[in-house]
Amino acid sequence: MIHSLFLINSSGDIFLEKHWKSVVSRSVCDYFFEAQERATEPENVPPVIPTPHHYLISVLRHRIYFVAVIQSEVPPLFVIEFLHRVVDTFQDYFGVCTEAAIKDNVVVVYELLEEMLDNGFPLATESNILKELIKPPTILRTMVNTITGSTNVGEQLPTGQLSVVPWRRTGVKYTNNEAYFDVVEEIDAIIDKSGSTITAEIQGVIDACVKLTGMPDLTLSFMNPRLLDDVSFHPCVRFKRWEAERILSFIPPDGNFRLLSYHVSSQNLVAIPVYVKHNISFREGSSQGRFDLTLGPKQTMGKSVEAVLVSSQLPRGVLTANLNPSQGTYTFDPVTKMLTWDVGKINPQKLPSLKGTMSLQAGASKPDENPTINIQLKIQQMAISGLKVNRLDMYGEKYKPFKGIKYMTKAGKFQVRT
Amino acid sequence: MTDSKYFTTTKKGEIFELKAELNSDKKEKKKEAVKKVIASMTVGKDVSALFPDVVNCMQTDNLELKKLVYLYLMNYAKSQPDMAIMAVNTFVKDCEDLNPLIRALAVRTMGCIRVDKITEYLCEPLRKCLKDEDPYVRKTAAVCVAKLHDINAQLVEDQGFLDTLKDLISDSNPMVVANAVAALSEIAESHPNSNLLDLNPQTINKLLTALNECTEWGQIFILDCLANYSPRDDRESQSICERVTPRLSHANSAVVLSAVKVLMKFMEMLPKDLDYYGTLLKKLAPPLVTLLSAEPELQYVALRNINLIVQRRPEILKHEMKVFFVKYNDPIYVKLEKLDIMIRLASQANIAQVLAELKEYATEVDVDFVRKAVRAIGRCAIKVEQSAERCVSTLLDLIQTKVNYVVQEAIVVIKDIFRKYPNKYESVIATLCEHLESLDEPEARAAMIWIVGEYAERIDNADELLESFLEGFHDESTQVQLQLLTAIVKLFLKKPTETQELVQQVLSLATQDSDNPDLRDRGYIYWRLLSTDPVAAKEVVLAEKPLISEETDLIEPTLLEELICHIGTLASVYHKPPSAFVEGSRGVQHKRLTSSAGSGESVESPDTGSAAVSEAPPTVIPSQGDLLGDLLNLDLTPPTSTGPPPTTAPGMQLGAMDLLGGGLDSLLGGDIGGSPAMGTGFGAPPAAMPASFNAPISGGLDDLFDLGGGGGLTMGTYIPPKSVWLPAMKAKGLEISGTFVRRSGVIQMEMTLNNKAMSVMSDFAIQFNRNSFGLAPAGPLQILTPISPNQSIEAALPLSTVGPVMKMEPLNNLQVAVKNNIDVFYFSCQYPISMLFLEDGKMERQVFLATWKDIPNENESQFQIKDCHLNSDAASNKLQGSNIFTIAKRTVEGQDMLYQSMKLTNGIWVLAELRVQAGNPNYTISLKCRAPEVSQCVFQNYETVLKN
Repeated sequence: MIHSLFLINSSGDIFLEKHWKSVVSRSVCDYFFEAQERATEPENVPPVIPTPHHYLISVLRHRIYFVAVIQSEVPPLFVIEFLHRVVDTFQDYFGVCTEAAIKDNVVVVYELLEEMLDNGFPLATESNILKELIKPPTILRTMVNTITGSTNVGEQLPTGQLSVVPWRRTGVKYTNNEAYFDVVEEIDAIIDKSGSTITAEIQGVIDACVKLTGMPDLTLSFMNPRLLDDVSFHPCVRFKRWEAERILSFIPPDGNFRLLSYHVSSQNLVAIPVYVKHNISFREGSSQGRFDLTLGPKQTMGKSVEAVLVSSQLPRGVLTANLNPSQGTYTFDPVTKMLTWDVGKINPQKLPSLKGTMSLQAGASKPDENPTINIQLKIQQMAISGLKVNRLDMYGEKYKPFKGIKYMTKAGKFQVRT
Repeated sequence: MTDSKYFTTTKKGEIFELKAELNSDKKEKKKEAVKKVIASMTVGKDVSALFPDVVNCMQTDNLELKKLVYLYLMNYAKSQPDMAIMAVNTFVKDCEDLNPLIRALAVRTMGCIRVDKITEYLCEPLRKCLKDEDPYVRKTAAVCVAKLHDINAQLVEDQGFLDTLKDLISDSNPMVVANAVAALSEIAESHPNSNLLDLNPQTINKLLTALNECTEWGQIFILDCLANYSPRDDRESQSICERVTPRLSHANSAVVLSAVKVLMKFMEMLPKDLDYYGTLLKKLAPPLVTLLSAEPELQYVALRNINLIVQRRPEILKHEMKVFFVKYNDPIYVKLEKLDIMIRLASQANIAQVLAELKEYATEVDVDFVRKAVRAIGRCAIKVEQSAERCVSTLLDLIQTKVNYVVQEAIVVIKDIFRKYPNKYESVIATLCEHLESLDEPEARAAMIWIVGEYAERIDNADELLESFLEGFHDESTQVQLQLLTAIVKLFLKKPTETQELVQQVLSLATQDSDNPDLRDRGYIYWRLLSTDPVAAKEVVLAEKPLISEETDLIEPTLLEELICHIGTLASVYHKPPSAFVEGSRGVQHKRLTSSAGSGESVESPDTGSAAVSEAPPTVIPSQGDLLGDLLNLDLTPPTSTGPPPTTAPGMQLGAMDLLGGGLDSLLGGDIGGSPAMGTGFGAPPAAMPASFNAPISGGLDDLFDLGGGGGLTMGTYIPPKSVWLPAMKAKGLEISGTFVRRSGVIQMEMTLNNKAMSVMSDFAIQFNRNSFGLAPAGPLQILTPISPNQSIEAALPLSTVGPVMKMEPLNNLQVAVKNNIDVFYFSCQYPISMLFLEDGKMERQVFLATWKDIPNENESQFQIKDCHLNSDAASNKLQGSNIFTIAKRTVEGQDMLYQSMKLTNGIWVLAELRVQAGNPNYTISLKCRAPEVSQCVFQNYETVLKN
């Protein structure tokens, strides 16, 4: 199982180590540093690195490498999922997951890590349970603790730990009972030069914020559940019920959680919300290049496209870009060659465009590579797949909760090749 | 007020200061001090000097302080074992605490203190905690057993903790079950054969019930444990599959992949024609696709496993090509994996799309990726024949971009395309020659030189081109030098008049001015060849080259099977057998896929191609002369002793067997992707062995007498003529031909080993893969003398039928590995099923009648044997030679009905009804058997025996 954990910052310092079995010397990280040196970009460090006696499995989050050390055959995904859980827990506890935040809370971090794994076996990883065992630090509590000498470690066995619903604690009480669901869809797409779609798929999630008293039992039904043929559920969802009736039935965890994630891959269901007209060209023998980009709405079902951000990695030979945006602002970083254009909202009557010239290094030859254009956008009040929640019902409790559902579409990895 | 204050130090010396604070009377100050100690510990500072002071703080009601002290203890107890004893009392007391949280904490911490003296005190509290009323304590105690086992395995066994742990599998709480399984699996890893996790249908049922209710991590442990189970029949595997499928929708990707492993393994048991089988295949695709939208590191692990899955069952993802298309900001390790899978999934249906993508990738920024993309185009051309033309034109387009590394890579792959499709695309040579100047990498230069040499007759200025390379001969790498030498010799043989000078120049450069022995040797060989016999030289140098194989990077089928059983593990990420793996796994059992007995499903290599293809079935009808020779050979051999095989030079035999000892798997695993391992004894043949080699051939005469007793015209056992099993081309000069015989109940594999290589071969050993009837060598291969070049040697290998069994397709297929001092070679051959017919296969008449009725009609199969001109008696005699016994004969309306029986070595009886009509050369045969799969083989055997 998981032997040790090292946290390494972007400058290559090991700033925290935790061992669940015997102590592994931190020199084992040298193999990691070697791999890091070989990789050109920080994110290109391979996730599994063999060393003579151990294996190092790492994830990079918030510019911190979380490096787990294992000694025997352990499923790598198990380790990676656990590391993700560590990151999520830190973020949950400290608001951010940065080196400073971890150092500021080093004892809580240590207590958390000790609680999450026992001898390398996961013990308590649900944030609900952890929060009962170890109270998250707040300014108020730190003050109170300092004065009264009380602790932030729970004295009681967490109630949810062994129940059939380990994700929910008992005795939850709210004055305002509310349940909010956000249906968020991200479009991943590759569009080729001529504007036709090569691949397009939707990664959707339903995130919930449920603050309900007692042990509510919820059901959520959809207008068009047939869209969802590839789904991953939070453990609280009753799978049998879904199989039989296509209804989500569950006792929710308390607070924020991801109820469901889904994947729509059949291309005819994926609408492409924007189109890009582009002309990025260099002429042989000239040190000037043309840059011409126009955006327009495509399939948006009458909703407006907002928060559009276009970015593109221009060829290495480009020195400067002299462009003229019809709206919004653009920046060009001469070091990374990254062009970013903050467009804002697309007005279908007056299409946003960015035109001008790029200058190459004197005497440089025509660049070989074609830049890819990356687009971010948001469309409010619509799930691009057309998914719609039909109704939400609550059983098991008497009060009437306040319910809300929000839809939103975003661009995920939305790439246009030129 | 943050914890960073704990890191500040004072001038006086940190340790001194802390010591004072730890011994303070004030509780608050104590706690702050312990926190400081812990903080120092987290950054790797040595605070072990404070051990006694920290341990003194242990007796406290404050849970946080207690936890902190425990944390400290776990870290440092090992370095201060004597002091650690001081803590024991508090532990024992805490194990009796009213609060289950404290009981669990105490037992948990005790297990982490890796001090022998403490473990003795641990046993009693642990025993209590394993039976604690609170499941939280039980679940913690279960893990503690694993910890204790790691420190002192003997103690755990002596104290009977393993049995208690096994009982916990039946615990009412799913979390306890999951932890017990996890603990047992970890312990089992160090005891491969201990049978700790004794899986039977009852425990499986308990595990499946717990699976639905335990945490995600518990689900992973249980699924991994389930994967080790072998279901009794296809119904059981179906029901397990049905209960595991919901896990595919879990949010935790590790759960999903473990579930995929269980399903991939148990699917083998399901008959392919079952509806459920198709449903299951369809259900596997979406979760695998979803894994690819996760974080890059998850994607990487998923992709490595998908790579295995598409090799085993390409049908699962054949429509999902698009999800493997590369996004420009994917990390490089994801890009390269995606590319690999794209090629594996490439087929005629999607090749256009794939090529368009690959061409796009070839213009990306990342050089490594671009190179691999260009190479991928070449691999597509070789894999999908219909696309070759399009691939070549794509490559030419890329060459036009003039990007240096793209051009070089393209030339390397075009060379491979020429090797695969000779005389088809040579029109592009002119274009290639234009880029000669820009090639600066040895591989590309060598490829180009090969092309020029190979097609010298079509390139007008070939001599000039090669001459230009020759100028800097000594600065070239060996690869290029060797290639240049060969190319110029080829050119000379094709255009001798103009190039005499050139060839002399290169030969002298290679032989006189070079320090490289390879180059010198090759130079001398060419020189002598050319000077002694130019015609022979032409035959050698310009010989037709074998086509290169379809896919070179496929994982060897037995390894693939093993890896499929280990999906989701490190082994599957590295594509290496688990045994050759992480140090911690001391002995891993080899896992294999087991297929259902009742289905036509094969466990053989996937259709995409395999290394072991049988060259020619041994059932080829021989010419009369060969048969005669064979019979004579058999009959005239004096009946030498059939006793134990000669035992001379056991040392060599043992050594050889030892090398093979690890089983096929380790052999296969050791060398993947690596260069062929040249044997150790190469060039140093062992001293000649005493020639006391007696081929253990049993007396054919005995057999003859035996059979002769039955009737007048017995022909003796039919022995198929030897056929080539392993061509020399595939085995570095070793040619093996052979056949199978059965004499006096002993099955033998008779082989002729022919050394067609230039060096002596020795150290032979042989192994079989598992096969349908458990055939295995009964002793080591008896080849006591090294075989010198051009010599051939006969060897007979007695076989037993008690080896491991695995169903093969076809049933009588046998996969063989032969090792010599040079390498290990694999081939497969088919044995006539009559080898397995026992001498006592004659059934009683009554039994025959009853059995015939008893076997259901759907097990009956009917075949026609055409053009057989024997009468029924002759046929009966002939068949008897192969242990097919005629029990009764009936004549109905001019039609002779022969009722026959035979018995296989594994106890399966086959009953037959043979109808022979006078004057009609076509026989009809009906076969009935409880295992109807064998019918086809038996029929084929009838046909060969009767026609020879």
